[in-house]
Amino acid sequence: MCHGWQTGKAGSVGAHFSMMSAIVQFENVGLRYGLDSETLSDISFSLHAGGFYFLTGASGAGKTSLLKLLYLAQRPSRGVIRLFGEDVVTLPRKRLPGFRRRIGVVFQDFRLVPHLSAYDNIALPLRVAGMVESEIDAPVTEMLNWVGLGDRGQARPATLSGGEQQRVAIARAVIGRPEILVADEPTGNVDADMARRLMTLFEALNRLGTTIVVATHDLPLIAQVSAAQMMKLDRGRLSDPTGSLRYPPRQQVSG
Amino acid sequence: MRMGVDRRAAAAARHRLLPEGRVAGPMPWIVAIMMFLTVLSAAAGLGLNAAVHSMGDDLAGRATVQIVEANGEQRARLAALVTERLRRIPYVRAVQPVDPAALIEQIRPWLGQDAASGELPIPALIDIELTSGQAEAKIDHLRRQLATLSPKLRLEPHAAFLQPVAGLLSSLGWLAAGIVLLMTLATGAVVVLAARAAHDGHRGTIDVLHLMGATDVQIARLFQRRIGLDALLGGALGFAMALLVLALLGARLLATGSELLATVQLPWTSWALLAVLPVGGVLLATVAARWTVLRSLGRLL
Ligand SMILES: Nc1ncnc2c1ncn2[C@@H]1O[C@H](COP(=O)(O)OP(=O)(O)OP(=O)(O)O)[C@@H](O)[C@H]1O
Ligand SMILES: [Mg+2]
Repeated sequence: MCHGWQTGKAGSVGAHFSMMSAIVQFENVGLRYGLDSETLSDISFSLHAGGFYFLTGASGAGKTSLLKLLYLAQRPSRGVIRLFGEDVVTLPRKRLPGFRRRIGVVFQDFRLVPHLSAYDNIALPLRVAGMVESEIDAPVTEMLNWVGLGDRGQARPATLSGGEQQRVAIARAVIGRPEILVADEPTGNVDADMARRLMTLFEALNRLGTTIVVATHDLPLIAQVSAAQMMKLDRGRLSDPTGSLRYPPRQQVSG
Repeated sequence: MRMGVDRRAAAAARHRLLPEGRVAGPMPWIVAIMMFLTVLSAAAGLGLNAAVHSMGDDLAGRATVQIVEANGEQRARLAALVTERLRRIPYVRAVQPVDPAALIEQIRPWLGQDAASGELPIPALIDIELTSGQAEAKIDHLRRQLATLSPKLRLEPHAAFLQPVAGLLSSLGWLAAGIVLLMTLATGAVVVLAARAAHDGHRGTIDVLHLMGATDVQIARLFQRRIGLDALLGGALGFAMALLVLALLGARLLATGSELLATVQLPWTSWALLAVLPVGGVLLATVAARWTVLRSLGRLL
């Protein structure tokens, strides 16, 4: 897992974070697709660097939409989003790549590049980061073995099962050693056993310092990670049971 | 060694990212046709330009003095006087009185036996050749000089005969230049369309690359490389075909043995200019592809 990281042209992003600082901050964020009513409303929370977070909610509640804001695939219609201490809503386009390279994403629909082999899909973030070819093979092979696909490296996504595709997507998301790992239903297509193994994998990454955000319906899975905190979305609004994730914390709001 | 291997591996990886084998799409073929026509037009333009110039150089310094005098004796005397005067003018390089017998021989087919009878007044002719440069000023000066000698002298610069021909050739040359310009624009437009199609066809891949933190320039580079290579292939093919046609045409021209057509010969500078066309084509394609893709990417988040 340990390999050199070479930043490409987009460069790294300024501020440095201790384990305790807020790595993600949402303040009164709203998201509206087109002219419809708001899909997300008044979303405020902050995540700490090194934390492990679950995001739950019924289908259509807005989990994917919230994660899209987080991994910079979508700009909010209102509110402030700070990543690594910087406001990313008003960020000029050309500075986005630098932020995106610090975030690994497991998409709900995987988004594997269909004409690339599993190996090349996993290698993609390293190539984007400008790593030289001779340094790519070792980490990619290691990652393939790690997700149990050591012998399927040359397979195209279409020839892989749903669960195998999901594991390729996870390998691709973590290979660049991102500071934040965002996973949208990462266990939706695997059996309970594989789901447990993947969670163990996420916990291992978390122990290495990666902040983890997982959207899921799978409540037993949440119970498995004892240190995790949970956010719940209900029709586009956050209703986490503890209030501990709210930003600013509820007691301060109510004064 | 290691670097080279790395670079080749990186190039192969890039190639896998945007698949579709080369020469599959219409791009290289369209560029080949464009390049073929462009090179032929350019060659025609350059050839015509060269012809007009060499014709001008050849003829600008030549003229004929006509002595229009009905009386044969006086005509001969005037001819001798003019010849002698002309020989003293420094910018007149050569003076060549046309032999009256030869002249009669030449016009006999038109005027019949009468021409030789001596009863038809045939003007005496003196061919002259001027030193090079400032032909028009010298002709003007000469015309005034001759006028002071006798009103029966006329000066006919040879360039005047071929003026309309030179004019025609010169307009054809401009037409060829216009065609080259239009071809360049059309090639640019084809590349823009191809780049746009490629961009749309690979939207899924582009989105994923973007979300991994690929910069617009990185993504545009993938497309510009591919389209540049397509253009290189098409351009090389079109250029080779055009050269073949030019070589065949050249052989034909030489076979005619015509002095006028033989002047249609391209100097090496023109060949160099033609060789620049495929290089320019590839550059144009690369730049147009980059510009198009960067513009499309700019509309995404
Ligand atoms: N690109 C879009 N354009 C318009 N509406 C959208 C778009 N993406 C999502 N929506 C709408 O926003 C709402 C929330 O969708 P979202 O995908 O965020 O839900 P989710 O919580 O991830 O659901 P699931 O658990 O099924 O994945 C839905 O009503 C959906 O129709
Ligand atoms: Mg979803």
